[in-house]
Amino acid sequence: MMSGYLITILITVLVYAILAHSLNIITGHAGQISLGHAAFFGIGAYTSALFYTQAGVSFWVAVPLAALVAGLVGIFLGIPCLRVRDDFLAITTMGIGFVVEAIFLYIPFFGGAMGIGGINLPHWFGREMTKSEYFFLILIVFLLLLLLDRRLGRSWIGLAWSSIREDEQAAEAMGVDLVRFKVLAFVLGSSIAGLAGGFYAHFLTFIMPQNFGFGQSIVILCMVVFGGIGTRWGPFLGAIILGVLPEISRPIMEYRTLVYGVLLLAMMRFQPGGLLGEESILPKMLRRFQSHSSEKG
Amino acid sequence: MLIQQLANGIAIGSVYALISLGLTMVYGILRILHVAHAGIYALGAYVGWFSFRLIGDFWLSLLIGMAGSALAGYFVQRYLYSPLLHLPRIAPLIVSIGLFIAMEETFRIIAGPHTLTYNARVGLGDLSIGNFQLTETQILILFITGLILVILWAILTRTRTGLAMRACAMDAETTSSFGVNVNAIIAINFLLGSAMAGAAGVLIGVYDNQVWPTMGSIPAYKSLAIVVLGGLGNIPGTVLASLVVGLAETFFIGVVAIPFPRDAVAFIAMILVLMFRPYGLLGKA
Repeated sequence: MMSGYLITILITVLVYAILAHSLNIITGHAGQISLGHAAFFGIGAYTSALFYTQAGVSFWVAVPLAALVAGLVGIFLGIPCLRVRDDFLAITTMGIGFVVEAIFLYIPFFGGAMGIGGINLPHWFGREMTKSEYFFLILIVFLLLLLLDRRLGRSWIGLAWSSIREDEQAAEAMGVDLVRFKVLAFVLGSSIAGLAGGFYAHFLTFIMPQNFGFGQSIVILCMVVFGGIGTRWGPFLGAIILGVLPEISRPIMEYRTLVYGVLLLAMMRFQPGGLLGEESILPKMLRRFQSHSSEKG
Repeated sequence: MLIQQLANGIAIGSVYALISLGLTMVYGILRILHVAHAGIYALGAYVGWFSFRLIGDFWLSLLIGMAGSALAGYFVQRYLYSPLLHLPRIAPLIVSIGLFIAMEETFRIIAGPHTLTYNARVGLGDLSIGNFQLTETQILILFITGLILVILWAILTRTRTGLAMRACAMDAETTSSFGVNVNAIIAINFLLGSAMAGAAGVLIGVYDNQVWPTMGSIPAYKSLAIVVLGGLGNIPGTVLASLVVGLAETFFIGVVAIPFPRDAVAFIAMILVLMFRPYGLLGKA
């Protein structure tokens, strides 16, 4: 049995890993910038929490519903801003983040500043899941998502996304439907973030608007950038390092945001590919090591 | 009552214009979403506040605040943005966000998390005619903003540098082939834009009588919304959009009393306009 503290960190890191992974679909694969990703995380958490506490829907239905609602909101907001100039999405999503947080905070239906409490861990086999079991449940979902990511990367959709990311005009000239594939990436990323929100709400048992503000969006973006935008394992690595870092170094808690800011800045300025990006230090060292050993062998 | 609302709206809208103009000018030339511009605005407020504490003269503190911001803007352009221009545009945007967060946190750590009062007076006194009232700070805002806008307009339309700036915004490569030093024009752009943001910081500091670490957070996204509303890179459009948002906020708060934050108005206006005019109020496809 793992200790309660350890399991809490593990689940938090895993939720962040799913979030970073979902943002990576939008930003890494399709090259579209979202600065309000925490809003969809929040929409998922609130959807699941409200269905569970108000309508008495079980966890197993509420969490998929969270993904569905976040995805629908993603369609509704994504289509108008993805139709126009590419920079608009960054600005609009930033605004969406603020507005969604304000809606949770100001409209009594969403519990206001007090948030929503009384959300429980899921039940199975006639009893409540233990935290360790919950951890493995999320782990399985995460691995399935990674598998999906691999499948998508090798499909037409993945190819269309990379072509949009590399050169939008060329992609359009080759007949790639820009709006369709951008919206697809945005909706997929949003709904996976909603799924993460559902898992998070049932783990925390208590959610507040502040959990889903602009700062949270930046934390998620930071993880993706730090690990390596567009790589499969980079966001996961970023989530592990940046998720565990504040836990093992409590004294820097005060400067946590500063560290995040400087990390984002320095990483992009000096290692724009992130830790696992193609031109970065880590893969280069790995390749050098490999070529060395193959020369000897 | 109506005229009063109008005056309040124009006063606040003209400060928005000061912040947003630098942003739209940067976008016009470099196509960068300069989020850290709001950090430079807050820096102007802090530098202005600090020099006001030292000297005690509002006008001097305004100039020092503007100079501090201009310098900071220049360094950001020179050492952070310029080396990243060959990368996808997400790179400078992320650097900008990181810088903005780091700046806010630095303000908090150095100057403390609490608000500082910026109680500057120039001895004009308030103006009141019947029910209509303009406070001293509102007069200051209208006067200073008006002056700065006239100077900016004169630079852009009456000087060779201004001509080069407008040409760069249209097509930097072609302008360069005509013998214009594009790097110098970019630097001037940042100096001017950041100085205006610094002036806005000082004015808001005095208007609200407070300077605080996260004072740039809301302007960060509101000014972006305004810039989009005006048509990214479009200078007259940005001034128009700033006034529209300032007026909309004032009337929205005065007339409708639903519990919704006024800071969402700019964003809602942006979405509404984008639906019908995808390139902003005065933007062209």
